[in-house]
Amino acid sequence: MSGFRRFGDLYRALDETTSTNEKRDALAAYATDASDADLAWAVFVLTGRRMRRPVSGNVMRDWASQHTGLPAWLIEASYHAVGDLSETLAILCSRGQGNAPPDLSLAEFMEQEVLPLGAAEPDEQRQVLQRWWDTLDERDCFLAHKLVGGALRVGVSATLAVRGFAKGLGYAPSVVEHRLMGTWEPTAAFGARLRAADDGAADRSRPYPFYLASPLGDSPESSGERDEWLAEWKWDGIRAQLIVRGGEVFLWSRGEERLTERFPDLVVPAGHLPDGTVLDGEIVIKRDGVVQPFAVLQTRIGRTNLSAKVLRDSPAVFLAFDLIEWGGEDWRERSLRERREVLAQLLGASGTGPLQLSQAVVAPDWAALAGLRAQSRSLGVEGIMLKRWSSPYRSGRPRGDWWKWKIEPFTMDAVLVYAQAGSGKRASLYTDYTFAVWDGDTLVPVAKAYSGLDDEEIARLDRWIRAHTKERFGPVRVVEPVHVFELGFEAIQRSSRHKAGIAVRFPRILRWRTDKPAREADTLPALHRLLEQAAAAHPAQPAQAEPEAPSLFDDLGDDA
Amino acid sequence: MADLLTMTDAGLYCEAGDFHIDPWRPVPRAVTTHAHSDHARAGSELYIAAAEGVSLLQHRLPGARVEGLEWGETRTIHGVRVSLHPSGHIRGAAQVRVEHGGEVWVASGDYKREADPTCRPFEVVRCHTFITEATFALPVYRWAGPDAVMADVVSWCQATMASDGCAVLLTYTLGKAQRLLAELAPHLEAPVLVHGAVEPLNALYRAAGVTLASTQLVRDTPVRGGVRGAVVLAPPSAAVPAWLRRLHEPQMAFVSGWMRLRGTRRRRSMDRGFALSDHADWPGLLQTIRETGAQRVLATHGDSAALVRFLAETGLEAAALGAVMPGASDADEDGA
Ligand SMILES: [Zn+2]
Ligand SMILES: [Zn+2]
Repeated sequence: MSGFRRFGDLYRALDETTSTNEKRDALAAYATDASDADLAWAVFVLTGRRMRRPVSGNVMRDWASQHTGLPAWLIEASYHAVGDLSETLAILCSRGQGNAPPDLSLAEFMEQEVLPLGAAEPDEQRQVLQRWWDTLDERDCFLAHKLVGGALRVGVSATLAVRGFAKGLGYAPSVVEHRLMGTWEPTAAFGARLRAADDGAADRSRPYPFYLASPLGDSPESSGERDEWLAEWKWDGIRAQLIVRGGEVFLWSRGEERLTERFPDLVVPAGHLPDGTVLDGEIVIKRDGVVQPFAVLQTRIGRTNLSAKVLRDSPAVFLAFDLIEWGGEDWRERSLRERREVLAQLLGASGTGPLQLSQAVVAPDWAALAGLRAQSRSLGVEGIMLKRWSSPYRSGRPRGDWWKWKIEPFTMDAVLVYAQAGSGKRASLYTDYTFAVWDGDTLVPVAKAYSGLDDEEIARLDRWIRAHTKERFGPVRVVEPVHVFELGFEAIQRSSRHKAGIAVRFPRILRWRTDKPAREADTLPALHRLLEQAAAAHPAQPAQAEPEAPSLFDDLGDDA
Repeated sequence: MADLLTMTDAGLYCEAGDFHIDPWRPVPRAVTTHAHSDHARAGSELYIAAAEGVSLLQHRLPGARVEGLEWGETRTIHGVRVSLHPSGHIRGAAQVRVEHGGEVWVASGDYKREADPTCRPFEVVRCHTFITEATFALPVYRWAGPDAVMADVVSWCQATMASDGCAVLLTYTLGKAQRLLAELAPHLEAPVLVHGAVEPLNALYRAAGVTLASTQLVRDTPVRGGVRGAVVLAPPSAAVPAWLRRLHEPQMAFVSGWMRLRGTRRRRSMDRGFALSDHADWPGLLQTIRETGAQRVLATHGDSAALVRFLAETGLEAAALGAVMPGASDADEDGA
């Protein structure tokens, strides 16, 4: 079978299964029997490397319309039904019978048919496409269209492609990952390099397992004396290791995501660090010396094109808080005191430049530290990290030496105004509550909350609700405004959809304030002040900014 | 002159002859194109159908009063001449020719132009107005031809059986199932295992002299994992775990024109999809419309907008024929 057809079979195998294992095995089988040149091209297209698309989809549609005699609107309607332009045009245009298969390898097809399109005049391009349509059968046409389009969209991430090819080549994924770093051309020579025996180069790029902090449940006094502990701000960024080895720089997230290509503004200056250095720290975005909210970092991560403007407007800073390899030596067993001393000498004390020391929080005693922690929100941090000066750099999440002491959520005291039956096993009880705060003499609803009370409290409140209903609107009962609850929430933002003009995120009931009369609940102006404070803490990114759609980096934001 | 056939709340109606065609409500006189449930609905006083399809209709509508017409035989109802002609859709499926005052209308019912060993081929009937179905009315619906598709089906079945697995062909119980059994007959030695919903229809086809592969009921096999290396035929609704657990390593393939598109194949999450349809594809629709010589085309049954616009742009008088049948989409019916 020709290499071109063989790649078509791989495409179909990947397309027709949803099983990650089956996809990996199909990729592995392909890597085993493809020629070096075909392997290089397959890796090129399946790891999402892109060429400039030589012919746009719109132009192809026009030519297809002229080729088939079908009106443009009908091609459009067909495309809507099919959902894939390569497939639509293959069905509509292909008139070959499959008895004239392109007896080409994948590499030959790419190099002789697809690449020349980029430099060709439109007329020549059109002749090439018409020749395909006249001679190739539908399957081959489909694949040819896909290869012209560049993006295969076959449900294979770059990570999965690397895993599959690595399996077929008989290497760990990190080895293949490493060989794919930097710039390369899909050539037979490169394919041969992918296949060549492991020279240990991949190991150079590997990070150490991360040491993760546990939440501090108690007050910090129980952990011992204040001076046994290093206190640092808990930054809301991406935890990462910055590795300088063998003249190369690597940046790895805690999720083992290679970030090297995404942060040239960290990687280039890190090249000046001595060889054999590994730093642990947090990537943040700083503007005018101020650390920006995570959403700004997330937006930058989402950019595929790191233009000069993006790098200028959202400069990354690596806030280093640990040194785990020094002079090529594993320093994890040494004490944090020793590691920090060298780290401080290495980076200096200045608060500028892309590589900075994560400064210690200076507070003589626990009370002073607690006072500073209370300001966390206005500083744009999530709280304080506590690390024992005598501790080694452990791996995983062992308790005792590293704590995260996060700030409490926002709170308000609000009045129960509406109740509605719950769902599931609580469908017979009133467990969905709406709470309001005062705006002058009226109560304005500001939050709905479902959780936080224990079963006994729920039963008691349910009885009270039934006995004190003023009005009903369908399933909703309006109750007398009597009971006050303390609500906790994670954030507050402006909202034009809510009557109160604000919306709170993740509200939950902290406790039933039986001690408080309704008249003493919080007011709407107080919440608006809270909103202004939250906005003032992040002037560049007002508080209503929602992070964009969840990405794979979501889970990297938290957790030191 | 008023239209000979018009769309009403009960379905297509001939006022001059006072009869309906494929009504979806009970009427006094229902000319019925075929026994699929979106065309044959219970409750009418009298059904008039092709003689070849009477037994199927009676199976679907127990106790119904059905009169059979031979192919091409003319019945005059209140001065309107009515005759039935093969549509090639399933056994006994008819086009309805209606003639009155020199005007000829043909209502196609469901039809296809491909060869089918279980029924007569489509007959071209010249007319002034042609009411065409439009199930697959886009140019991307282009069938590969039954021989090519069946070759794929057979080689997939053989490969699955060779690895000791069960090749489960999911398909409509009436028509497509028997077409598959007839096509498979020369290629299989062991009986095809069938779901209980399929077998009574097989019996009716055999009684009419159609040669089908031999069959055995799945429910007569051991309960758990006992069936190995077999071809199994079932409606899509039967593909539930409790039923499949009798089968060793079941591989599922849906046999339907909808499988023509990659996206539909993936959404159905089948192991395979085979685009074998009992409906006309886009070239089939255009060929048929042309051959009838009709100057006016009314399209119904499916998404007809593209077809109507396309025909209008080629100079024909074309329109969509109103209402969509209530509850017409029955996954196990319709022979798509
Ligand atoms: Zn139908
Ligand atoms: Zn039908």
